Amino acid sequence: MNSPHHSRWLYARRVAANAIAKSLGTVATLFGLFWLIWILWVTLEHGAAALKPGLFTQMTPPPGEDGGLANALFGSVIMSLLAILIGAPIGIAAGTYLAEFARRPAWRETIRFLNDILLSSPSIILGLFVYELLVRPAGHFSGWAGAVALALIVLPVVVRTTDEMLRLVPNAMREAALSLGIPQWKVTVQVLYRAALPGIVTGVLLALARISGETAPLLFTALNNQYWTNNLNAPTASIPVVIFQYAMSPYEAWHSLAWAGAFVVTMLVLVLSLVSRAILLRNRISHD
Amino acid sequence: MLTHMSSSDPLAVSHGTTAPSRWRSDGRADGIFRWLVAGAATLVLVVLGAAAAAMLWGGRLTFETFGWHFLFSSEWDAVNKQFGAVVPIYGTLVSSLIAMLIAVPVSFGIALFLTEVAPYWLRTPIAAAVELLAGIPSIIYGMWGLFMFVPFMAARVLPWVNQNLGGVPGVGPLFQGPPLGIGMLTAGIVLGIMVIPFISSVMRDVFRAVPASLKESAYALGSTSWEVVWNVVLPYTRSAVVGGIFLGLGRALGETMAVTFVLGNSHQLTASLLMPGNSIAATIANEFTEADSDIYLSSLIALGFLLFIVTFVVLAIARIMLHKLAGKEGNT
Repeated sequence: MNSPHHSRWLYARRVAANAIAKSLGTVATLFGLFWLIWILWVTLEHGAAALKPGLFTQMTPPPGEDGGLANALFGSVIMSLLAILIGAPIGIAAGTYLAEFARRPAWRETIRFLNDILLSSPSIILGLFVYELLVRPAGHFSGWAGAVALALIVLPVVVRTTDEMLRLVPNAMREAALSLGIPQWKVTVQVLYRAALPGIVTGVLLALARISGETAPLLFTALNNQYWTNNLNAPTASIPVVIFQYAMSPYEAWHSLAWAGAFVVTMLVLVLSLVSRAILLRNRISHD
Repeated sequence: MLTHMSSSDPLAVSHGTTAPSRWRSDGRADGIFRWLVAGAATLVLVVLGAAAAAMLWGGRLTFETFGWHFLFSSEWDAVNKQFGAVVPIYGTLVSSLIAMLIAVPVSFGIALFLTEVAPYWLRTPIAAAVELLAGIPSIIYGMWGLFMFVPFMAARVLPWVNQNLGGVPGVGPLFQGPPLGIGMLTAGIVLGIMVIPFISSVMRDVFRAVPASLKESAYALGSTSWEVVWNVVLPYTRSAVVGGIFLGLGRALGETMAVTFVLGNSHQLTASLLMPGNSIAATIANEFTEADSDIYLSSLIALGFLLFIVTFVVLAIARIMLHKLAGKEGNT
């Protein structure tokens, strides 16, 4: 039997352990938020100071001269759009197959498993893959190769969200549509896609947020270009690669441009993730 | 209408010429659609295999020239064309290990806070903020690391580390060195911060998925919140928690840009965590455009192949462990 004294001590110890664990959890959360605030603050502070109108009209300068990021912005926008145009339709189709058409569970789960691995694999590997696939055979770096590398990052994100969102559509909808004699492809396109649209759009936006800051895969595919180019077969500048090049350099003017680029990318990513979160939230509420 | 419906053969109804052709074209369209989506899914299936094959092919010159020696040599000499992967492999493993030592306890703390401590109205915004940390591109971490965190480490943290930990018997050599700021310890800390959101969001999700009846039973026996988490929630979610940790590890191993900025790109093998080092991804990112010989380029691609194999295994373990809990959920 425990003495009353002992049990009181045990009780106090358990309460204390509970309090300590909860405090440590709070400290851990503050620790995580601390970095978020520090990083965002630094980016906004330095980025806002480096913003100027010439940023969007002037080309990336050689060392010691004044310039902007116009060509890199253009390259980033073009390659990201192409990546979405290539990656999103394939991703939506593959996600549709997983959610609606695949019959054998083992086969379906294998594709899901590999897609999940693709989703988390290092982007530098996809860059090397596209280098071997497109750049080396062609003999030169190109905007197309950059777009394909980014499309490979878009692909698994869209596959996963499409798959998940289609599976959330109630079966009654499929049954109701099919019982009217509508062919399955029409049911998929006109009923299921419509029901899952907010989720699929969110997936595409998340993918766009992810590729807008991607650097590693572009290093081996699109490389960089000091000048404006409309030619997707030529090396193409992008904001992240320019940030990398300029931040690693010893020149003060280049650092300033790198901060401006970092500011643009961070704002874009923040806005995209807030918008996609809002779409999801609104949709979830309307479904409840 | 009634006559149509009572007809035993639907093809034989009065407007018989249009309906069957309509059904046939519908069937054909269905077939085409099916092939399209199946083709897209097959593409997803082959991407990883094709990537592995492409890198193996690109690195074949290195594997043929150096053989197993590539894995066990620490020499990285572009002039004499001698390449070994030991330094980048060591750097990748050590920086990821430091990252996990930081990220795992912190992520557990965040998950604990978000599921047991925080008031309900605070949970969603805090979780969203932590996940925002995952959305920040790694190049931004790299810039912040180079311009803010490296000077901070050099001025405030590393002199203290060198003075107080450098003399500790056993682990002392790890913490001796000049406070450069750039180095393995700094890279590991930055990596740790980067993977916290990935691990903590998995932990939070699985903690929330624990059946309420299990937790309530423990509470009814007089357990404190901490005891419920430690003795009920954690054992129940163990496999998924391990899966989340491996997911974070996979991220840390392959992270490129942030590490490239703060690691220092040095091919010297040193025990000290305060000295510059290298990782597989950082080596490739730094030196790819400088590679001036076939064997140099091939060695970098071979490094990429090694990274692919390691991350594939780690991520596969992660997915399998995460899947285990999902199966359990389905049974209850």
